[in-house]
Amino acid sequence: MKSSMHINQNLSQRLGFSLLSLVMLITVIPILAVIVYIILQGAPAISWEFLSGFPRDGMRQGGILPAIVGTFYLTLGTAIFSVPLGIAAAIYLAEYARENVVTRLIRIAIINLAGIPSVVYGLFGLGLFVFFLKFGTSLLAASLTLSIMTLPVIISAAEEALRAVPQAFRTVSISLGGTRWQTIRRIVLPQALPGIITGVILGLERAAGETAPILFTGAAFFLPRLPNSPFDATMALPYHLFVISTQVPEMPFQIQYGTALVLIAFVLGMNLIATVIRSRARAKRQW
Amino acid sequence: MDKSLDWREYVITRAIKASGYSAILFVGLIFIFLLREGLPALADVPPGDLLSTRWYPIENYFGILPLLSGSLVVTLGAALIAMPLGLGSAIFIAEIAPRWLREILKPLVELLGGLPSVVLGFLGILVLSPNLRTLLDLPTGLTALAGSLLLAAIAIPTIVSIAEDALDSVPQSYREGALAVGATRWQTIWRVTLPAARSGVLTAIMLGIGRALGETMAVMMVTGNAPVIATRWNSLFMPARTMTATIAAEMGEVANASTHYHVLFFIGLVLFLISLAVNVAASSVVFRQKKRAERILS
Repeated sequence: MKSSMHINQNLSQRLGFSLLSLVMLITVIPILAVIVYIILQGAPAISWEFLSGFPRDGMRQGGILPAIVGTFYLTLGTAIFSVPLGIAAAIYLAEYARENVVTRLIRIAIINLAGIPSVVYGLFGLGLFVFFLKFGTSLLAASLTLSIMTLPVIISAAEEALRAVPQAFRTVSISLGGTRWQTIRRIVLPQALPGIITGVILGLERAAGETAPILFTGAAFFLPRLPNSPFDATMALPYHLFVISTQVPEMPFQIQYGTALVLIAFVLGMNLIATVIRSRARAKRQW
Repeated sequence: MDKSLDWREYVITRAIKASGYSAILFVGLIFIFLLREGLPALADVPPGDLLSTRWYPIENYFGILPLLSGSLVVTLGAALIAMPLGLGSAIFIAEIAPRWLREILKPLVELLGGLPSVVLGFLGILVLSPNLRTLLDLPTGLTALAGSLLLAAIAIPTIVSIAEDALDSVPQSYREGALAVGATRWQTIWRVTLPAARSGVLTAIMLGIGRALGETMAVMMVTGNAPVIATRWNSLFMPARTMTATIAAEMGEVANASTHYHVLFFIGLVLFLISLAVNVAASSVVFRQKKRAERILS
């Protein structure tokens, strides 16, 4: 009697574990399939001309240089605004803020910023930057919109990295006569830097792949040249992929898959860099 | 020299404090601008018309119910797919997989989270929806179901990473206790670990669904964009149109400060308030749990 119960339990555990393994496979296989499929389909399109040329013949031929450069500019613009602000906000939360109502409000605000739908950021950017501040549909307006969207990712990651630095480091620095800012600047920040950089890259990676926030704030359907001022509209890889897969009839598949491949290479390349920095820093860390 | 140091320290400290408050400022600004551009919709369109069942802006029909229903159907479908897959994967990664497998699986799921949604939408058009069409024998593959499948893919990484964190932070002694009194690992997972992590798991599900509800590009590309109200069970197999997709598709072609423009901002305001509710609810679950833990410990 007792042993039959035991067998039953073992059986249900085996069944349960197999079921969960199956669920895991169902989740993971499509991820791999998607990436492998895009690489296989897109690789034939990749050539020097594709990467360095301008679109021709209603974007059905030629290259995607303006989209690549546009995404690069947008990522850079986003970094200029969101990185200093995000790190400063993280320093405030990790090093200065007391646990009170205001701090809790800040945390709730950060959580909410992270949850606002990307298209709502687009609306906000249109209302504030494009119309109210009169930046027009531009690189500047799109970068600012993406910056605010990226901010919560950077703040959370940087705060976590700062908090991971042991308290003893701060105590020693203060006891040797360092001021609070000197302690942060010379001791805490350098120790937390790899974690902060990882968070920054992951935040910018999201910005680089987004379409909805730039849809009405800075994305251009087609631009026969590169943007030459922050007040120019710009092409961008994600928006370009959207355009050529929905708005252009008789678009050659190869160019579509090639564009998708360049986009995921851009984004996953950033992801890879972040992962390498993180694991290297973990290996070197002495605390 | 000491004095200049004091002065610099003062400025820097001020700047850091100001940055700290920036998140509140931005949430406030977003809310103000949505109100400013969205509320005139209520003056232009009588509330009764806004809550009607016809969305046809060219002829001034601004009923947002079909869009609400579209978002609901697509998100519900996504939740039904993403919850079992996401939670199952989180349990597998946290409780069953050996360490080396864990180190492979976690980054792999994070990779999915890093894929731009426009890439998923692109594959949705070229690969997913033609296959759905032939597989299910539908007139078109661009349906709510296609949207749900893509949204599930977008929600799963969020669910897995938060739920896995929650399971991982359950103290090891809980599991050891259960195993010591003769429970199998399977029983331990279901009766001890999972209940102990339930607030985190709940947060994971809520934030996952929140992400799905707010997703725009993938959904716009594959759902067929027909603003019809879901009335029957088979709505999942028909084209639909969500609130997010409507804003993204129509804002580009709208005259500034027209009624249509204000109504689209009004829909944005509704989306903002929904995401606010979801996130405040999700974070209050975490706060409440923390408080209880503090009480027990003290």
